[in-house]
Amino acid sequence: METITSSKGISRRELLKRCMVVGAGLAVGTGFVAGSTAAWAMETKHVAPREMATLIQMARDIYPHNHVADEYYAAAVKGFDSADSKDKIAAGVSALDAAAQGRGYADYLSVPWELERVEILRSMEQSSFFQTMRGNLITGLYNNKDVWPLFGYEGESYTKGGYINRGFDDITWI
Amino acid sequence: MSAKFDLNNDGVVVVIGSGAGGGVLSNELAQKGVKVVCLEAGGRHLPQDYQNDEWGSFGQISWLDARTTSGDWRVAKDFSGLPSWIVKAVGGSTVHWAGASLRFQEHEFKTQTVYGDVQGANLLDWPIGLSELEPYYDKAEKKLGVTRTNGIPGLPGNNNFKVFEAGAKKLGYKNVHTGRMAINSEPRDGRTSCQQVGFCFQGCKFGAKWSAAYTDIPQGEATGNLEVRTNAQALKIEHDKSGKVTGVLYADKDGNQQLQKARVVAVAGNSIESPRLLLNSATSMFPDGLANSSGQVGRNYMRHVTASVYATFDKPVRFWRGTTMAGIVTDEARHDPSRGFVGGYELETLALGLPFMAAFLNPGAWGREFTSALDSYENMAGMWIVGEDMPQETNRITLNHDVKDQFGLPAPNVHFDDHPNDIAMRNHAWKQGSDLYDAVGATRVFPTPPYPSTHNLGTNRMSAKARDGVVNKWGQTHDIPNLFVSDGSQFTTGAAENPTLTIVTLAIRQADYIAKEMAARTI
Ligand SMILES: Cc1cc2nc3c(=O)[nH]c(=O)nc-3n(C[C@H](O)[C@H](O)[C@H](O)COP(=O)(O)OP(=O)(O)OC[C@H]3O[C@@H](n4cnc5c(N)ncnc54)[C@H](O)[C@@H]3O)c2cc1C
Ligand code: SF4
Repeated sequence: METITSSKGISRRELLKRCMVVGAGLAVGTGFVAGSTAAWAMETKHVAPREMATLIQMARDIYPHNHVADEYYAAAVKGFDSADSKDKIAAGVSALDAAAQGRGYADYLSVPWELERVEILRSMEQSSFFQTMRGNLITGLYNNKDVWPLFGYEGESYTKGGYINRGFDDITWI
Repeated sequence: MSAKFDLNNDGVVVVIGSGAGGGVLSNELAQKGVKVVCLEAGGRHLPQDYQNDEWGSFGQISWLDARTTSGDWRVAKDFSGLPSWIVKAVGGSTVHWAGASLRFQEHEFKTQTVYGDVQGANLLDWPIGLSELEPYYDKAEKKLGVTRTNGIPGLPGNNNFKVFEAGAKKLGYKNVHTGRMAINSEPRDGRTSCQQVGFCFQGCKFGAKWSAAYTDIPQGEATGNLEVRTNAQALKIEHDKSGKVTGVLYADKDGNQQLQKARVVAVAGNSIESPRLLLNSATSMFPDGLANSSGQVGRNYMRHVTASVYATFDKPVRFWRGTTMAGIVTDEARHDPSRGFVGGYELETLALGLPFMAAFLNPGAWGREFTSALDSYENMAGMWIVGEDMPQETNRITLNHDVKDQFGLPAPNVHFDDHPNDIAMRNHAWKQGSDLYDAVGATRVFPTPPYPSTHNLGTNRMSAKARDGVVNKWGQTHDIPNLFVSDGSQFTTGAAENPTLTIVTLAIRQADYIAKEMAARTI
């Protein structure tokens, strides 16, 4: 479980035994976050797994794409799992949780509607925590080559000889 | 074979920067037998090194030295440390450029006369006109192999162009085509034709697009009269008691300072670094910086009225395929004050990859309003707006003494406020661009704000009178006869057209002048 893995070696049942579902599609265990279907898991070394799960949810709330699975959001925030950002993340997540509690929820991950989570995020949009997250996601999410096909983007084309014979002008509907 | 000159050789012309201006000037001088040392702050990257990867390429060759911003332009908020997007490498920004190569229109050399008094604008007529430049435009178009000139056919239109063209025609525009591009539509000059790779901004891996990096620079080196010193960043231009420049202090690849003596110095570091170098070269004799008796060094910074329009459709376009910018509508380039502004603008096709689209579509935006646009990325078409902006004295490059670069020199601050004319033009262009896409069934349009400046102009402007500007009609500084400016910072005004063809044209013409004056021993 070094990085994001498709947790093939481990069955869904085994994985779920070892963790707790914390929000829509996310589960945490000791030292890791996972998709609640056990499709992927990610180890955390510095940031608490529940905090990492919160970051993943926050990432999706900032840049929601219904056709992009959680594991890509997890990959996008994985960089925050460092000794340097640990305290900042803890403080940021507790601010999110406090805002959720102000609305009568246990924590940010328990807020059921995206709309309401977004309201919480809007209220702290100017904070450096939010801005750092948002800024990093722009490359963390959209500069991930595994994400590109989900948007149809084809990436490098030089090794394939460009598009001269591969549809640079293949539009038919115009 | 590339030449090698001694640091104490005071017979050489030192050119600072190897981009559109400096690269071409170096080669043109070398072809005439003039000995040239070209100092280039960046390294040498050739097509095999270029990356089909937007952020990878950005990290590889962009100018990332410390810079600051101020003013009401949105770039200062969204990209406060990155006022411009330019290249630090042999070939300069011609590695990144898209290749759109247009001549200026006659009236654009005479804006003070034609536009009249525009409040807050520091308009001035160029000391030269179109007819004087025409023979040199001819040479520049030949050098660059510009399509639709010299019998060179236009490029084929890609998907993005086809949407653009259909919309333009529906809207009643008459002049729409795949552009005048410095990109080979057929093999020419030992370089192959465009393979429609779609990463023109990241350096053309096929070499189909003209770039000084693999044309003028090696051609100049082959004469044996040109030495290009890479990773050599000019820090200060030195002068003697008579006020003539004598050499250039630079940091070499190991960070050691070296002094290259010179008979003539030509500054071509692009419009932020060029004035900065003159300002950083201040001495007790020239306390306001070199060549700055007018006080105009660093002022009148222009960046074109830019913006983009992206649109989504109900079917795929796949606009990233093929040439990035081969498509233009020129109908709005005329001067027609009835539209509510002076000057004109061009509409040009543009595509960004997903990583840059996410960063630039609406910087800072988030949430579904934003992400639903990217969900339709495959169905997007796009265009860029490039129009004439007003020179303003207060839009300027100054030295920021609170922020130092890696050599301990004050970083440049780039201050820019939009002029009301700029805003009126941008709004007009956004509307036209949106209507163009609506005319062919766009489901949503996105009037996108300017990116960090790719066109940087005007900060050492050309003027007939010494009190109005920094250089004369040859790019020679009014104050110091053996000091020249050879890049886009010479521009008196910006015109509606992309600037590089004109930068190259001026460099070819300037080489004639420098060689002639050196032969006559006036410099
Ligand atoms: C993405 C992109 C697309 C573009 N598309 C077009 C287009 O389609 N059409 C068009 O006309 N223009 C286009 N441009 C603009 C074009 O690239 C520039 O106008 C042109 O290259 C500027 O020429 P220049 O000589 O002023 O500067 P540059 O070409 O930027 O060259 C300046 C050189 O000087 C070097 N330098 C700077 N300071 C120092 C120093 N102190 N010591 C030593 N070296 C130094 C730099 O490293 C650089 O290599 C584009 C630019 C970009 C970034
Ligand atoms: S599209 Fe053509 S010009 Fe642009 S990078 Fe590819 S081959 Fe070069």
